Amino acid sequence: MMTRQRIPLLVELPLLVWLVLVWGALWQDFSPGNLLFGALIAFAVANLLYLPPVELGGRFNLLYAVGFAGRFLYQLVLASVQVFWLALTRGPHLKNAVVAVRLRSPSDLLVTATGHALSLIPGSLVVEVDRSTSTLYLHCLNVVTSEDAENVRRNVRRTEEWLIRAMGSREDLARLGMPAPHHLDGRGHQ
Amino acid sequence: MDAALDLLAGVLLLGGALMSLAAAVGLLRFPDLLSRMHAATKPQVLGLLLFLLAIAVQQRTWAVIPVLVLCWVFQLLTAPVSAHMVGRAGYRTKHLRKDLLSMDELDEVVEHAANRRRKEADRASNE
Amino acid sequence: MTILFGIVAVILGFSALCAIYRVARGPSILDRVLAVDVLLAIVGGALAADMVFNGHTNSLVILVATSVIGFIASVTVARFVTERK
Repeated sequence: MMTRQRIPLLVELPLLVWLVLVWGALWQDFSPGNLLFGALIAFAVANLLYLPPVELGGRFNLLYAVGFAGRFLYQLVLASVQVFWLALTRGPHLKNAVVAVRLRSPSDLLVTATGHALSLIPGSLVVEVDRSTSTLYLHCLNVVTSEDAENVRRNVRRTEEWLIRAMGSREDLARLGMPAPHHLDGRGHQ
Repeated sequence: MDAALDLLAGVLLLGGALMSLAAAVGLLRFPDLLSRMHAATKPQVLGLLLFLLAIAVQQRTWAVIPVLVLCWVFQLLTAPVSAHMVGRAGYRTKHLRKDLLSMDELDEVVEHAANRRRKEADRASNE
Repeated sequence: MTILFGIVAVILGFSALCAIYRVARGPSILDRVLAVDVLLAIVGGALAADMVFNGHTNSLVILVATSVIGFIASVTVARFVTERK
């Protein structure tokens, strides 16, 4: 039997809460009995099917999270229409590029979240990730000049910045070249 | 009021259907696998959102909201992963059309690594 | 209202035809799995349209399931292609 590190309950808690919510939503029933049974199953699942815990940054800023969600939805709509337009007008005559973007945060969670958000927005797709230098290689639609590529890079880094402000650790915040403002420093209860 | 909401649901459905059409037209017209990838997976994210909103507007009960949210969250979590896997596999097979790329910064890195490995292998065989 | 649903049905049907054409045409297995994924999304859309038109929620769970099954399918094929190379 493989020896494994015990995960403190507090680290595991967000996962358990999420699993219980999924259980309730799937049954469309949020009665206490159902949720309790869901909690039992969530505990069993989290302990029998072991995965390394996700290391959260230790802070969460609701304001920036909402801002990020709004920006994300805006870009989603804009880019979906753009891809539709490109498909109709340009079609087969399309130039693309693979652009490397180096991110600031070394945290796995933030690199994953940034890559996820970018992949969801039409026009960019993560082809490869270099974890050691936290570099994303993005395949981008309709990028012809180096100016276009620079635009892509700027956009990616702005996405990362929003995510860092929403849930990055304090070291990541410092890396943005600005100290964590005191009143925004939530420690989970902002 | 009810009629207006029903109409709104219909319009949302129409938007979702147009997103499906965008995916389909992209599938037909884009020249290579990776561009088709963009057209195929991405408009679905917005398309599914519009379809789910239509259901929510038509039902007008709170009970369905959690399932709808869950459905969209599942898609948000899974769509980029499958897109990445397919895109990565596509980049590494012969189906990548280099002539369609204006710039490829991953290729330079791969080339560099390959050269270094070749040099190291040469040095090892010389010793 | 009925006209609107007619339009939605026609658009979805046409999109499905485009996707099926790409499945038949290929050229690579990855193109095909991509097109099948789109087809699945269109089926999901049709389920949603049916639920809105007839005012029920019976296929809601199928909708959740399709969003996960499509993922498993494309990841499986992508891994298969990467391993076999």
